Amino acid sequence: MSTQLLLDGVNRSFDGFKAINDLSLAVEKGELRAIIGPNGAGKTTMMDIITGKTRPDTGRVMWNQSVDLTRTDEAGSARLGIGRKFQKPTVFETQTVEDNIALALKEDRSVWATLFHRRSAEDTRRIGELLELVKLSHVAGWMAGDLSHGQKQWLEIGMLLAQDPELLLVDEPAAGMTDAETMRTAELLRQIAGRHTVIVVEHDMDFVRALDCRVTVLHQGHVLAEGSLDHVSANEQVIEVYLGR
Amino acid sequence: MLNLVDRRMGIFLAGLFLLTVAIPVGNLAMAGQPVPSYIVALLGKYLCYALLAVALDLVWGYCGILSLGHGAFFALGGYAMGMHLMREIGARGVYANPVLPDFMVFLNWDSLPWYWLGFDMFGFALAMALLVPGLLAFVFGWFAFRSRVTGVYLSIITQAMTYALMLAFFRNEMGFGGYNGLTDFKDVLGFSLQADSTRAGLFVLSALALAAGLLVSKAITSSKLGKVLIAIRDAESRTRFIGYRVEEYKLFVFVVSAMMAGLAGALYVPQVGIINPGEFSPANSIGIVIWVALGGRGTLVGAAMGAIIVGIAQTLFTSWFPELWLFALGGLFVFVTIFLPDGVLGLIESRLGRKAGPGAAAKEASA
Amino acid sequence: MALLRVLLAAAITCAASLAAAQSLEDLVATLPEGSYDDRGAVVAQIAGTGDDRALKVLESLLEGDLEVLDSNGRVVEIRSEGRDDFATDILTGEDYGEVPSRGSSRIRVNNSLRRDIRAAMGTMTLRHPDPARRLAAAQAAFRSPDPDQAELLSEALAAETDPQVAEALSRAVAVAALEGAAPEAAQLEAVAVLSEMGNTEARTILAAAAADAEGPVAEAASDAVRHIDQMQRLWGLAQNVWFGLSLGSVLLLAAIGLAITFGVMGVINMAHGELVMIGAYTTFVVQEAIRSSFPALFDWSLLIAAPLAFAVAGGVGVAIERGVVRFLYGRPLETLLATWGISLMLQQAVRSIFGPNNREVGNPSFMSGAFELGQMTVTWNRLWILVFALAVFAVLLFVLKKTPIGLQMRAVTQNRAMASNMGIRTGWVDAMTFGLGAGIAGLAGVALSQIDNVSPNLGQSYIVDSFMVVVFGGAGNIWGTLAGAFSLGIANKFLEPWTGAVLAKILVLVFIILFIQKRPRGLFAVRGRAVDA
Repeated sequence: MSTQLLLDGVNRSFDGFKAINDLSLAVEKGELRAIIGPNGAGKTTMMDIITGKTRPDTGRVMWNQSVDLTRTDEAGSARLGIGRKFQKPTVFETQTVEDNIALALKEDRSVWATLFHRRSAEDTRRIGELLELVKLSHVAGWMAGDLSHGQKQWLEIGMLLAQDPELLLVDEPAAGMTDAETMRTAELLRQIAGRHTVIVVEHDMDFVRALDCRVTVLHQGHVLAEGSLDHVSANEQVIEVYLGR
Repeated sequence: MLNLVDRRMGIFLAGLFLLTVAIPVGNLAMAGQPVPSYIVALLGKYLCYALLAVALDLVWGYCGILSLGHGAFFALGGYAMGMHLMREIGARGVYANPVLPDFMVFLNWDSLPWYWLGFDMFGFALAMALLVPGLLAFVFGWFAFRSRVTGVYLSIITQAMTYALMLAFFRNEMGFGGYNGLTDFKDVLGFSLQADSTRAGLFVLSALALAAGLLVSKAITSSKLGKVLIAIRDAESRTRFIGYRVEEYKLFVFVVSAMMAGLAGALYVPQVGIINPGEFSPANSIGIVIWVALGGRGTLVGAAMGAIIVGIAQTLFTSWFPELWLFALGGLFVFVTIFLPDGVLGLIESRLGRKAGPGAAAKEASA
Repeated sequence: MALLRVLLAAAITCAASLAAAQSLEDLVATLPEGSYDDRGAVVAQIAGTGDDRALKVLESLLEGDLEVLDSNGRVVEIRSEGRDDFATDILTGEDYGEVPSRGSSRIRVNNSLRRDIRAAMGTMTLRHPDPARRLAAAQAAFRSPDPDQAELLSEALAAETDPQVAEALSRAVAVAALEGAAPEAAQLEAVAVLSEMGNTEARTILAAAAADAEGPVAEAASDAVRHIDQMQRLWGLAQNVWFGLSLGSVLLLAAIGLAITFGVMGVINMAHGELVMIGAYTTFVVQEAIRSSFPALFDWSLLIAAPLAFAVAGGVGVAIERGVVRFLYGRPLETLLATWGISLMLQQAVRSIFGPNNREVGNPSFMSGAFELGQMTVTWNRLWILVFALAVFAVLLFVLKKTPIGLQMRAVTQNRAMASNMGIRTGWVDAMTFGLGAGIAGLAGVALSQIDNVSPNLGQSYIVDSFMVVVFGGAGNIWGTLAGAFSLGIANKFLEPWTGAVLAKILVLVFIILFIQKRPRGLFAVRGRAVDA
């Protein structure tokens, strides 16, 4: 196994507030990792840094031990193979569910390629497959804006998979889902892991338990503890700042 | 090609075709010119406006870029053509200088500035009418989109751009005729601009340009690139995270749109016989926006219709009740933004019970 | 030579004191007699009488208008009307009517006598009881330096009590010293005085002295020229800063209301310029009413107009907000279009009511004229507008920071949903905010009516500039607007001497366009609704 993503001594402050404070984190290829932490622990900023939305003040962010992620923008990191799912589902509401998936398909993203793009049979097959997977085949022709909240979550997961990223950053996927859906999501993520690297940020402890993976606890922009859920749950500092509240 | 022509596009193009065939043929065939040539010139002008509106719709309706400076691209195209027409005057000017336009003789210039060279060739001038606006859009857009200037900030700096150009073109030292602009044109490619046949020809050319503009825009917007544009309009940040370089897409569509606007300007100038810095005024550029909003953003055909409707209304109002025109236009802005978010085309289509296209059903771009 | 002149002056003074006993009438009567030299002595005596009429006699003599009537031997002043000459008694003012040609003989003067007369007149005016007359005489002596008057001037300076006149005299003394062959020490002293004076006139004299004189005087003069050049550069700088501040205050007034509506509500109010115009027309109406009914109150017209303009423009603003803008929240680009439509209607309404031409708005007396500050000129209206702009800014700052409505506005700016949940009536706050911004536009109109044409196009000419100020300064931060207005104003005025006014404006626009690329949220960015829009 080799390291997919490495954060080394990363710092980032906003107007004097240190959102990320000497954060170091390594995620192996194919690993499923859950990241938990109270509000303001720096989870979202960490994801912004990994995806190139925010640049760190200091520190290294390495992709596959070779590419410096502090120099890429959002589109650049996406092209490297980093997919991100936001907490609030954002889909392209005025386009059909099918087109949403088509836009996300892993293909040449240059202006000329999209201008002269023709949908191939392979594309159509892949879109159908993904719609099947996220159970949206029956609404393929609907405007994405007409979907229910849960359906949008699934559509977004479908789009994420369509990108076929090496690393999936998933922000609170269970928010707004029913218990059954939550468990189905957890199962899906476990299935994906292995072929893809997955980092899940989550509040819901049941969900994290269902993921059954290594857990990193963030606090004030710093790693407080790391290990299995049981291991970190036993950590007194963690109990104090997070679980014990 | 044919798949680009949906029902609304088909109806519009058919109407346009009838108009352009009927008017010249009718005027040739029937005695006494059923359509006076000033009306032909007027209609030709509206068609240029319609092309300009389509150009703006391409960036605003589909990509959420509300440019308040599209009049600048139109005017630059117009100036490029105007420069050619000035050179065509030759020794027939008041000062009878074979090379220098009258205003340069008047300013005591003894030679043509370098940037006037080549404009004696029609092809060069036409190329410049496309390339200069395109280049300006490229440079402006390259900076603005890379720096992620969006929404109202972008609108305001596009307005500043056209305002700065207006001030610049007012200066005599710029060599574009200053306040008076370029006028007193005689002929184009040897055809007198006063002749009815030339006017009819320009009218048909305008119609062809509009049809071409509509089809090109339709081709762009129905390609996968068009879907990316709509994605950018609706959720720019999300589009980036999927891996699209938003700035490149915006730049592409902005440049195409600017060139289309330049072409509209180049066709406009020989038909109205003058181009002056007033075309750069911010008010003109905002006027274009209301054509698009009235017709229906993100519909292309609607934008063209909006331009024609407002153009006709302006002509009628300013001859019948000149006092009321600004009230009417101002009221139109308010009415359309509050009550007609989908424009006239959206209204018609929803009345007819047909489901409007993706663009017309679009929620407001939060740009 | 110098000694001789001292003696001569002493002789004149002496003769004058001796003749003091003689009356002006007697002296004038003796004028026509004797040689030019005798006449010179009489002139000195006339000057010595201290009689008020003496100056007039000497002026007339100098002009060659003084003649003796053959008929009665009276000394008269002759004035010509066409071909005819009329005589007036120079002392009594009695009118003798038309004089036949050859009915009188001129009292002749030659160049040496003219010099004596001028010297005598100089003494008289330099000793005149009215300080204003003395100042004028000293300034005249400065402008047409005459080395022969050096002693006179020095004496007058020694006797002078008014500091302003004394300063003017010392300058005149200095010029006279430099022109003539004064001792080196006196010339050096003169260079120092002129160097202190520091204006263009002094520089011209010093430059000439530097070229003509030799030795230490020339050196001192060229040093002084350099010093003056440096001072003038500094004053030029100060003048540019002042022009910039003045332009900045206008921009601040025009933009600050916009900054509020844009910053707090995320609303692009394209009708802002027309609200300024409404303020200016309110001033016009107030002045018209005052002119026709209470002319005595004219100097108060602006003070009366200001609250009215605030109320009228603010009322229109609230109407716009309630009638149109509130349906468009969260759609900034649509608001931009709708308010543009409103601006067209307001323009046309004003054009229909007041006509398309410029309307005359007068300056009250306290805003007319100008004063000198060192070597720059400051007009009162520009100064008052600067004061007014800063006052409006201060009041606005107070309203935003210290009043409940200001607190609510800030709350809505920062988090609309949260503010709404906490029971703030966001609709009401929006209306008040919009009204406040519009009212301030009205106040700006009162000020702008003093320096700009009041016409239906008034607003249009400010709208682009005020947007530039707001985006440059950063929306949602009125300190940013302050900094933006003044830095753009000063930048503009510093470019103007190099590039001309239009190109300067273009360059500033291009600069802002580039600046926005670097800092898309302006100088002082604030997080808020406008920012997320």
